[in-house]
Amino acid sequence: MARTAAGLPPFQRFLDAHREDVLRFLIASLGRHDADDAFQDTFLSALRAYERLRPDSNLRAWVLTIAHRKALDIHRARGRRPLPVAELDDDVTPVGGASGDGARPPDLDGDRWERVRELPPRQRAVLTLRYAADLTHAEIAIALRCSEEAARRAASDGLKTLREEHADVPAPT
Amino acid sequence: MSLRPPDLVEGEAASLAARTAARAAEEGVAEIAYALIDAPVGRIVAATTTRGLLRLAYELDNGGVDAVLDAMARRLSPRIVEAPAHLDDVRRELDEYFDGRRREFHLALDWRLARPGFTRRVLEATVRIPFGATSTYRDVAGAAGSPKAFRAAGGALGSNPIPIVVPCHRVLASDGGLGGYTGGLDRKQLLLSIEGLGAGEQLTL
Repeated sequence: MARTAAGLPPFQRFLDAHREDVLRFLIASLGRHDADDAFQDTFLSALRAYERLRPDSNLRAWVLTIAHRKALDIHRARGRRPLPVAELDDDVTPVGGASGDGARPPDLDGDRWERVRELPPRQRAVLTLRYAADLTHAEIAIALRCSEEAARRAASDGLKTLREEHADVPAPT
Repeated sequence: MSLRPPDLVEGEAASLAARTAARAAEEGVAEIAYALIDAPVGRIVAATTTRGLLRLAYELDNGGVDAVLDAMARRLSPRIVEAPAHLDDVRRELDEYFDGRRREFHLALDWRLARPGFTRRVLEATVRIPFGATSTYRDVAGAAGSPKAFRAAGGALGSNPIPIVVPCHRVLASDGGLGGYTGGLDRKQLLLSIEGLGAGEQLTL
């Protein structure tokens, strides 16, 4: 019989618990066009590695770290593409379109996240993990393999850039 | 307006998760795929692996779906996903059986949740009892190589991880009494009646 990993929940329960957080993070980081594939890749990677996890791991931070790496791969691939045609239709959802009628919701932050996507990689990663996925700076530091101080600084720098365009961006926390 | 998480369409994340789980089952990344199957004996949690059918559990008798999944996670692997389409064959054969249109199951079995040794031998002897026929605890104990161990045979059948398909309901007491059934004697009687054995005097308690 296969070695048991006592304490880890059945994967389906883990998937159900974190599917919304992961999708929100990926939409913020990549836009809707690439978020679906990245979502599937994230959870399939998580499933492959699942039994190697310690049962007391922070599962939410772990899966968001995997999602972050998938997003990074896609951003890098985009950087190598001369014309990111696929991104042109991202987030072009008319504000005021009704939600609940099957249409995608009016993404009020669409422009803002689009702007975040254009920041340097670390600033982009820190802001999406902090404000779309609600990770702490300590968790973000682990995900990015940097110091907590470096994560805070990247967040602060990213927000500063955004604030130069919009007066209502949150102060760094 | 601040940097707040993007909005999701209702059901969007759930349907993506379902597609991911289906892929995990199809591509063999998951160890165990499960589905919930409605049946006249109540809802069944059915689980398969690449080897075959691993588990059929009466949902209500086993503490609910979560308890069934937890037990499989502990004993075999936590890489478990819900993938209904992956269990279409199991669902179809069970539906046909309950409709009285199927006398034999053609499903590979994964025995890893059965205790090896005597229990496994008792269950394998039980698989050979045909539709509409019955055997006794003494006989299956004998077929498993220990004719005197009929009480232990009862215990082995009570731990059957794949009831219905491994037809422990066809094993009765030597005096013709119904014997026991982990899923409850009502279910045992119902399964026997599907097989045309419901009205027999020998089945009275």
